[in-house]
Amino acid sequence: MCDTCGCGDPEVVPFDVHENILAGNERAAAHNREHFRQRHVTAINLMGSPGAGKTAVLEATARMLAGRHQLGALAGDLATDNDADRLRKAGIIAKSITTGSACHLDAAMVHRGLHDLPWRDVDYLCIENVGNLVCPAIYDLGQDANVVALSVTEGVDKPLKYPVMFMKADLVLITKMDLLPYLPDVRSEAIVDALGRVMPRPRYICVSAVTGEGMDRWAGWLEQLRTGQPRYEVVHQP
Amino acid sequence: MHEYSIVEALLTRVDAEARARGATAVHRLTVRIGELSGVEIDLLATAFATFRDRTICARADLDVRTVAAAWTCPLCGQSIGRGAMLQCPRCGVPARLAQGDEIVLDRIEMEVP
Repeated sequence: MCDTCGCGDPEVVPFDVHENILAGNERAAAHNREHFRQRHVTAINLMGSPGAGKTAVLEATARMLAGRHQLGALAGDLATDNDADRLRKAGIIAKSITTGSACHLDAAMVHRGLHDLPWRDVDYLCIENVGNLVCPAIYDLGQDANVVALSVTEGVDKPLKYPVMFMKADLVLITKMDLLPYLPDVRSEAIVDALGRVMPRPRYICVSAVTGEGMDRWAGWLEQLRTGQPRYEVVHQP
Repeated sequence: MHEYSIVEALLTRVDAEARARGATAVHRLTVRIGELSGVEIDLLATAFATFRDRTICARADLDVRTVAAAWTCPLCGQSIGRGAMLQCPRCGVPARLAQGDEIVLDRIEMEVP
């Protein structure tokens, strides 16, 4: 109550918070991360546009690592179970997280998804995010690394149009390299140049899930992520 | 449209704070949003106007302060220009985002009886 003039108006009190609005998600992500660390599960948040080749990369990764590492996956999907179905056929222990209209996964959704998945039995847990270059970027899920799939068919300036997504990436997989000969206006050097303008540590691997190009280097990166500091390809300044 | 889930988190946080302090209404929220935070201010305002109904923030204003992105060299402090390679041209080291990724609730102004 205002006791300055006795007017009877309630008092408006300012209260300083200075806290990340997504602090709740950060706490849930830290909880997931602790789970993964305890069970020595390497978690990857795989993001990219719809159709960038995220599922195809995971299928090819499972084929490549077969007999060496068990892959698990949580596939964020607006409405279907199609991606998880494809992943299971490739030998991946996979479940869908059906998000309805949600355009991204958050740490709590991942935590709930873990309850339906024998995630403790896998070496790598790939969290295939909802196809979207905007919303997923700002939600920490508890992953060890953010990987963004960017297909050559998306053109050369996607990193400049969606800087936040690429700024948060630990690695960019430039996918569908087998299609590059059919795209006269797309040069991989131009994609790499754009990455250097939005990623302070630009790291990328050019891959094709169809021909297998670059998949050995991707496997090497995954191996090093599990055992220590990954080696990256660095963009040289022009 | 993750702005809706950001507003949801914001309202939950404010509600908890207001309850803890016995507030009867919230007059104003001050938030800080960076240019490279991935949050669209217009969408945030629309989401806030939609979701504040029937919460303690039903009549609250949302004061959004934007923060421009600034990349600098962590060694020499030189600022890296917009659209340039994110490496210091002198030191050759990766630039650091000095500001511009904030999604922060700074202040709640609430009515305490």
